[in-house]
Amino acid sequence: MSAANQLYQEVILDHNRKPRNWGKLDDASRHAEGLNPLCGDHIWVYLKLNDKRIEGISFEGQSCAICKASASMMTHAVKGKSIDEALTLGQEFRDMSTGKLDPQSGDHHLGRLTVFAGVRDLPTRVKCAILPWHTLHSAIHSIEQVSTEGEADPVPGAGLERTDHA
Amino acid sequence: MSKAVAATQGASRADDLGFDVERVREDFPILRLKVNDKPLVFLDNAASSQMPQQVIDRYVKYRTSEHANIHRGVHYLSEVATREYEAVRGKVRGLLNAREEREIVYTSGTTESINLVAHGYGRKFIGAGDEIILSVLEHHSNIVPWQMLAEEKGARIRVVPCDDAGELLVEEYRKLFSPRTRFVGLTHVSNALGTVNPVKEMVAIAHAHGVPVLLDGAQAAPHLGVDVQDLDCDFYAFSGHKMCGPTGVGILYGKAEHLQAMQPFKGGGDMILSVTFEKTVYADIPHKFEAGTPPIAEVIGLGAAIDYLQAIGLGAIKAHEDELLRYATDRVGAIEGVRLIGTAGHKAAVLSFEVEGVHPHDVGTLLNEDAVAVRTGHHCAQPVMQRFGVPATARASFAFYNTLQEVDVLVDAIRKVQKVFAG
Ligand SMILES: Cc1ncc(COP(=O)(O)O)c(C=O)c1O
Repeated sequence: MSAANQLYQEVILDHNRKPRNWGKLDDASRHAEGLNPLCGDHIWVYLKLNDKRIEGISFEGQSCAICKASASMMTHAVKGKSIDEALTLGQEFRDMSTGKLDPQSGDHHLGRLTVFAGVRDLPTRVKCAILPWHTLHSAIHSIEQVSTEGEADPVPGAGLERTDHA
Repeated sequence: MSKAVAATQGASRADDLGFDVERVREDFPILRLKVNDKPLVFLDNAASSQMPQQVIDRYVKYRTSEHANIHRGVHYLSEVATREYEAVRGKVRGLLNAREEREIVYTSGTTESINLVAHGYGRKFIGAGDEIILSVLEHHSNIVPWQMLAEEKGARIRVVPCDDAGELLVEEYRKLFSPRTRFVGLTHVSNALGTVNPVKEMVAIAHAHGVPVLLDGAQAAPHLGVDVQDLDCDFYAFSGHKMCGPTGVGILYGKAEHLQAMQPFKGGGDMILSVTFEKTVYADIPHKFEAGTPPIAEVIGLGAAIDYLQAIGLGAIKAHEDELLRYATDRVGAIEGVRLIGTAGHKAAVLSFEVEGVHPHDVGTLLNEDAVAVRTGHHCAQPVMQRFGVPATARASFAFYNTLQEVDVLVDAIRKVQKVFAG
């Protein structure tokens, strides 16, 4: 099965159709906006932190299926986790998406998030999968707007290349 | 019998003009490529077109037996390189029907051509409180240089709107003129929608107000016969790589009187007559805009591309592309759940579309499974996306080497995308 067919499977399509934790979080203590100019993905992540723990999280925006499903599964995965655990998970997710972490190795906490492993073979789509994690990272660190481009990129050298051209 | 074959029964206009797409395809080695074990269907020609063997061969010939720096040596190779390089100016002049060769400036592409005008003309003649008119259909490269200028000078940008079909509203355009209007920048053909704008009429309107016009011809030069004297535009910009030529080379046509009045954009060698530390005298046009060693091989490659296109015939190319557009519009437009974006009466062979419920980027990735290459995104034309209320579109853009059968492959591939997302 090809990389794309592997990626567009039921779990991801289902999260795309019915995103979990969708919408604004009324009592959010922090939020951040994420942009991926290549795709036009544009999402907001809302966070409610309590004693270094993610008590509440939600997201909304306009994005491709990979980004939306990734955001949906991310919110599900980090809810109730400590900030440190969430940041570690984010790093593992990025490493998996860029091929630096082998999801088969077992030496990680990704669980069901490994359905995104296939993006590593679709270099133009890696950013879509990672954007929600970028945005979560920024919300935690209270950076208002991030982009998968340029200086605001919190994972420089992650192999995210600018391919925006007409 | 396939739908495509049925559609072509009876000789088409392109056939009448002696156009044979299968023969043409043999000139393009890259079209034999397989992607995911399927024959490549390359429908991203508006981003960059492919190169025929004739252009590749010309490039290799230059590299193997003609290269030296130009305008600098009296030795054999420098003379050959200079002659071949300068000869291309004549070919471009012919392509555009410009009055004189010195009205043809070599640049690195459309983007540099427009920046050259924004600097060389804009900085000199546009000041605080002045107005620049652009259209909502512009590529970012015909927006950003003017914004930078407007910011620097305190000038203002006014925007020509379009209707729901993607046609510019000429009556609204008329109303934008004021005594402060100093410049108009318009795209000849919209890269995002394919609309062919009524630029001749729009140039005449600007001239009635004494305002010069730059036309962005990046999407027009490869597909329409362009006659700058007939259009009467003041500047015309295009890129080599969108018309079967190399990247890194483009053209700025400018009326001689404007080019003469403009200040140079880059300073350096080859653009001067004499230099002392007290005073530098610039070379005449077009050389005063061509500082430094240019992309010589690329210019020569562009010349070969022009020869190639003219040998096929721009009329035949247009007739075949019109047929592709008509067929693709009918077939893709007939798919339930697909919306065409950009339905102007007069279009180049560009089909922007949305698949209901599926983000264009997902469409692009899944079409690639069937080796169908389309562009997805905002096409460097975000104002167009905003106008149509979409973050992005999928865009199939055709060249004369595409076939009706490839349209069928596209249609089947779109149906497959819908199936995946129907779950
Ligand atoms: C209408 C239009 N203008 C300008 C450009 C910029 O051309 P280039 O990138 O070759 O400078 C493009 C294509 O990218 C285009 O489609």
